Amino acid sequence: MSVQTTYDKGELRIALNGEIDHHSAKTAMNEISDAIDQKLPRNCVLDLMGVNFTDSSGIAVLLRTQKKIHELDGEFSVENVRAQPSKVFKAANVGIMVAIKEYK
Amino acid sequence: MMKAENYIKIEFPSLSVNESFARNAAAVFAAQLDPTLDEIGDIKTAVSEAVTNCIVHAYPNEIGNIQLRCRLFGKNTLEIVVRDWGVGIEDVEKAMEPLFTTGGDERSGMGFSMMEGFTDSLKVRSVPGKGTTVTMKKRISSRARR
Repeated sequence: MSVQTTYDKGELRIALNGEIDHHSAKTAMNEISDAIDQKLPRNCVLDLMGVNFTDSSGIAVLLRTQKKIHELDGEFSVENVRAQPSKVFKAANVGIMVAIKEYK
Repeated sequence: MMKAENYIKIEFPSLSVNESFARNAAAVFAAQLDPTLDEIGDIKTAVSEAVTNCIVHAYPNEIGNIQLRCRLFGKNTLEIVVRDWGVGIEDVEKAMEPLFTTGGDERSGMGFSMMEGFTDSLKVRSVPGKGTTVTMKKRISSRARR
C-alpha cells in the first residue's frame, strides 16, 4: 500500500495504491493524517484508482479521513472507486455518509 | 454427507502481515472452480474479515495460531473455515450485529456483516477461553449459467 499526496490551491489529493486491509490501513491512516495536519486543506479528495481490494478496514479509513477533514470545516470526497471496493462500501451503506464517485 | 474433493489446511501466526497471504491463498485455491472476478473479490473479502478478527480480537495481547482450511464440494461449492485458539466471543449474536465493535475507531464493526453478505452461509462457534471457528460456504456460479 502506498500513499501519494499532491496539494494545490487548498485541495489535497490523496492517492492510495494497493490492497487496503487492517495491516495496510494502519500505516496509510498515519500518512493521511500527517498530510492533512501539514496542509490543513479546504478540500480533500481520496483517489482510489489504484485500489483493487479493500475489506472493511477501508470503511474506517474513509470515515476517519472524513472526520478529520470535517473538523477543519473542509469538504471530503472519494473518487475512482473500482468494483470490489465499491461492493464493500455499498454493503456497509457508506454512500449515505461519504460522497463516493465510482471509477468509470 | 458429500465427499470433500480437494482441500488445503494452512496454519500461520496472528501477524497482520498474514491477512493478505491468507485471503490470496484462499482465492488461488478457489481458482480451480473458475470463479468470476466478483466471486474472487467476495472470497478475499470474507477471508480477510475472518482472519482480521482473529488477529485483532482472538489474540489481543499475544501472537497465536490461526488455521485456514478451504475445501471444495462438488463442482461449485467452496467451504472456508477460519479457526483460532484465542479468547473466544462471550456473546456471538452481539458480535455479529452490524457496527458493533470493541476495536475502537480503527475498526468499522462490519466484519461479520461482510462475511455474511459476501458468502452463502456463515456459522460462528465460539467458546470463551478456548477459541472461535468461523465456517463459510460460497457457491461459485457455473460458467454455463453466466
